[in-house]
Amino acid sequence: MQRTLFEKIWQRHLVTELDDGAALIYIDRVFLHERTGSIALKSLQADGRAVVSPEHVFCTMDHIVDTVIGRDDNTKVPSGKDFILATRQACVDANIKLFDVNDPQQGIVHVVSPELGIVQPGATLVCPDSHTCSQGALGALAWGIGSSEAEHALATKTLRVSKPKTMKVNFNGELGFGVSAKDMILHLIGAYGAAGGAGYVIEFSGSAVTDLEIEGRLTLCNMAVEFSAFTGLVAPDAKAIEYLQGREYSPKGELWDQAVNSWQTLFSDEQAEFDKIIDIDCADISPTITWGNSPQHACGVDSVVPEIHNSATENQVKAMSRAFEYMDLQPGTALKGLPIGAAFIGSCTNSRLSDLRLAAKVLKGRKVAAGINAICVPGSSTVKREAEAEGLDKIFIDAGFQWRESGCSMCFFAGGESFGYQQRVVTSTNRNFESRQGPETRSHLASPATVAASAIAGCIADVREYL
Amino acid sequence: MEKFTIHQGVAAPMLQINIDTDAIIPSREMKLVSKQGLGEGLFAGWRYTLPNGREPNPEFVLNQPQYSRTSILLAGDNFGCGSSREHAVWALKEYGIKAVIAPGFGSIFYHNCIRNGILPVVLENQQVLMLAKHVQQDPQNHQLNINLLESYVSAVSLNDNLEIQRFEFTILAAQQAMLLEGLDGIALTLKSQSKIETFKECYQAQYPWLT
Repeated sequence: MQRTLFEKIWQRHLVTELDDGAALIYIDRVFLHERTGSIALKSLQADGRAVVSPEHVFCTMDHIVDTVIGRDDNTKVPSGKDFILATRQACVDANIKLFDVNDPQQGIVHVVSPELGIVQPGATLVCPDSHTCSQGALGALAWGIGSSEAEHALATKTLRVSKPKTMKVNFNGELGFGVSAKDMILHLIGAYGAAGGAGYVIEFSGSAVTDLEIEGRLTLCNMAVEFSAFTGLVAPDAKAIEYLQGREYSPKGELWDQAVNSWQTLFSDEQAEFDKIIDIDCADISPTITWGNSPQHACGVDSVVPEIHNSATENQVKAMSRAFEYMDLQPGTALKGLPIGAAFIGSCTNSRLSDLRLAAKVLKGRKVAAGINAICVPGSSTVKREAEAEGLDKIFIDAGFQWRESGCSMCFFAGGESFGYQQRVVTSTNRNFESRQGPETRSHLASPATVAASAIAGCIADVREYL
Repeated sequence: MEKFTIHQGVAAPMLQINIDTDAIIPSREMKLVSKQGLGEGLFAGWRYTLPNGREPNPEFVLNQPQYSRTSILLAGDNFGCGSSREHAVWALKEYGIKAVIAPGFGSIFYHNCIRNGILPVVLENQQVLMLAKHVQQDPQNHQLNINLLESYVSAVSLNDNLEIQRFEFTILAAQQAMLLEGLDGIALTLKSQSKIETFKECYQAQYPWLT
């Protein structure tokens, strides 16, 4: 029988079909962080339940921890220290590997897991964090869950899952000059809507996906949740195998050979059927930026804020009108040239070494425009060290960017540090929701290169003029 | 977990599409290492006049007297998209919301609802709009009645004790059973413990690098 990549991974992990129509799926790895993991572990403990395979559970401090140089357990987030202390204690109690505040391997969960080889092709990995879909980039079935389901996975090493439908998104052709993985995913969501992937597990494929390095694929899969997909994944190829070789938690010796043999069977068979297929011509993708308060409000950086379409439903009109009002923009306004107050490079979407290299290429020898609050937060302590070894930190600092310790930082406003009231920010993150990055902050999502170019220009800029 | 069988109550329309979990409970309102203490932060960005204040914004639907005691939300497509934070569901529950009716939901949010005894009802957009028109006429008397046993939502009028409209919905048997019985998923799964153990042995032999 011809099977999709998803079907192959699903079958490997199917413990049993349940009477109620769901399936019991075996979970290889659970990752936690201090924001939601602490609550799951505490609740599990209160119910008198144990973590059954602590050797397969990992935890990091990323969501609440400060990113200022010289940080400790104190945070600008009110009561943030409570989360850090509770997480540390719970990890000790349950015997879980923790990447603690100043651990050299600390970082954002979806940056740390691939770079340490914790996520592997064909594995199932869950985390109480919606961007867990990022990790599908290595050919794993990785998806975000709530705290209760995290407790379930910890206590039973399984989850009760209703099988999602399958979708294939082909990115055909080659990416244009100045276009990156972030532009691909924003383009897709802009074209098909923030609910376009609802109910589906999405396999990203096509020549442009094959051409992407693993870090680009992590960016692509990262925003599958912004498309409302169950998750996203990419078939593991030679690049994935090469990426994983020699990483700390990757298989070693004979096990490595066995693993590679198994990974090489992980692809969708030629005749495998998908419930839905979307084809995207990469020639249609420009450097892309969002104008509104949903990731679906995305368009080319050289275009204008769109009009409300004649065929829009009442609810769509409501959402568009609210977006215009919230963002203080009118239909027809050009995005390029719109003055900004801040620029942010970081988050599980775009904070890896290749992202920082690309931004540094734009920043080198240039200065951030006067009055712009420009911040770079590497995705992990490892990324930070590697970037510093290449001198990237110096380029960022010389240009006028702050250079920080790793963490989720200002991807979201948790009551501590934030961008200004109604400030317009160009950001390499994944969500432009209302007040996401500060009180009524107006966030424009874009690639790190576009963020860098905009920081230099002091307004939304077309990165192609800066490369 | 609390069971959900039949619920009748006041429903409030919040019909814009893509209401995300950041809007349902802003991150700054998640102050405790706890599932409690979140009701006050529900929709905080819209519900209060200032970002960190507690002065009710009179324009926000749930602050309007005609929508007092709201226990059902009528929403636009993709309600609960975004962050996996279960706090969104805990906040809704603490506020007194028993069910949300929308054309579609964020996937993680949907499952979080099921795990916490809140019923997510999927209806066609047109049906949601018709229910909204019904409740808007007289919210305290034009209520909704949701029957999970028979999977339908009806628009009722308390004035003349009439059922005005009825829409059937579908829900997977697994999720219906969870809610009807108020089941604890972990306890339920642990009944399959021996199957899990048998599976694990085979799995570990086949994929030793993951064990």
